[in-house]
Amino acid sequence: MKTIDLASASVRDLNQALHDQAKTLEEREWRVTNSGGKHNLAVGLSEALSIDIEGHAGYYCAGMNQKACVTVHGNVGVGVAENMMSGQVRVRGSASQAAGATAHGGLLVIEGDAGARCGISMKGVDIVVGGNIGHMSCFMGQAGRLVVCGDAGDALGDSLYETRIYVKGTVKSLGSDCIEKEMRAEHLEELAELLNRAGFDQDPSAFKRYGSARQLYNFKVDNASAY
Amino acid sequence: MCGIVGLYLKNPALESQLGALFEPMLLAMTDRGPDSAGFAIYGDEVKDGWIKLTLQSTAAEVDYQALMGALEGCLGCSLDWFQNASAAVLKTNAEEAAVRAVLAELAPEVRVMSVGQSIEILKGMGLPKDISERFSLATMQGSHIIGHTRMATESAVTMEGSHPFSTGQDLCLVHNGSLSNHFRLRQELRRHGIAFETDNDTEVAAGYLTWRLREGDSLKEALDHSLGDLDGFFTFAIGTRDGFAVIRDPIACKPAILAETDDYVAMASEYQALSSLPGIDKARVWEPEPATLYIWERPRAA
Repeated sequence: MKTIDLASASVRDLNQALHDQAKTLEEREWRVTNSGGKHNLAVGLSEALSIDIEGHAGYYCAGMNQKACVTVHGNVGVGVAENMMSGQVRVRGSASQAAGATAHGGLLVIEGDAGARCGISMKGVDIVVGGNIGHMSCFMGQAGRLVVCGDAGDALGDSLYETRIYVKGTVKSLGSDCIEKEMRAEHLEELAELLNRAGFDQDPSAFKRYGSARQLYNFKVDNASAY
Repeated sequence: MCGIVGLYLKNPALESQLGALFEPMLLAMTDRGPDSAGFAIYGDEVKDGWIKLTLQSTAAEVDYQALMGALEGCLGCSLDWFQNASAAVLKTNAEEAAVRAVLAELAPEVRVMSVGQSIEILKGMGLPKDISERFSLATMQGSHIIGHTRMATESAVTMEGSHPFSTGQDLCLVHNGSLSNHFRLRQELRRHGIAFETDNDTEVAAGYLTWRLREGDSLKEALDHSLGDLDGFFTFAIGTRDGFAVIRDPIACKPAILAETDDYVAMASEYQALSSLPGIDKARVWEPEPATLYIWERPRAA
């Protein structure tokens, strides 16, 4: 295992070191110390590395991730795992707004709370949150699954496409075109699998499912006055 | 984009280190605001019946010695003062309105940055490091302090356009964001007798709070009203004589993070501004909720 201390090395040094050895993969395990809330840590990785960040991270941590497994032993700022393609990002603390924004694949686990706009425009990622999520979460979510073990804020799933949302706690309000849906056997099964993969001991039957009413997909002349 | 930082000491033993603890917080926000910087520090209180004014000039050089002599003559009151780089701090037992009137007559280029019993607002154009060194921030003492690093989007980069803005005696405001209805609101506030010196949107928010407080609102009521009347994006930090407050607009696009230990409450736009504080690794760290007022004030002896 290699350790990079950000008290002496720069963020550029860290990301360059991670990218440089990606081809040969001589060193798969990395540890980052004194992260101090710095931005853009471990971004754009494209190989199956394992990175432990020992502290809080700033904006866009593990953004654009592919294949790599990044664990942050602290909180993260705006846009953790934004546009992730594959791999796994785990935040042991809480995340600020826009966690997993536009992400296409992989698994994002937030053990604490996530702020506003969690999973905004998500396109296939799976997000599992141990605590609560903020307002406007999953706005325009297109694909993937969002699981929330706590409560959801205002306007959950506004203008939703095909993301499936599972919430155990209360939902402050649903956004436009987002409705509660029946929890069928296949949903309980996929939720159990997601909770299991995220490492949360929760009963899937305690959750409710939310999804798109599919009324905003196409322009309707009846809605013309709303524009 | 701008950066906001605030530090409120719960442990009075740290008051001698307030400036030293705060300086790295302000400097950490240089990336968010390299145009101008400023801070409002609370401490060195004057006794009841006295007020303290912080003055800065829009002209390059001011002969504060001569100005203070003339001021003392005109006001016929007790007056104590010292210069801190381009600013002067004036302590007097005269009325605020009288001091302002005489100052406007004697030195129209001199601006009153702050008035109160405790507050001093020091600010200017340049990198946060330059402002911090100019006013010897690291050596300053006090109970609490809020600061701002500016990346201008709405109006000119000038000393007057930099933050914090005074909103009344011992009150001030720093802002990250932009207000979209500041033009009309400024016109409306002018009709209520609020004066403005810049085209800055934050000055309008400060003027708005001044007006609400003058109308009898408590700080909490004034900030609750601001959520309805100010249109745009904002995270505000508000300095009061006994503490500070934080509020974000309902959309909450502009970042904010809070940290609390037994010794202090700290606020910043980004966590990295807090990372230099002692005991931060054990602190409770969280993101303030949208449209929710957070306020810390030390109880004042009755």
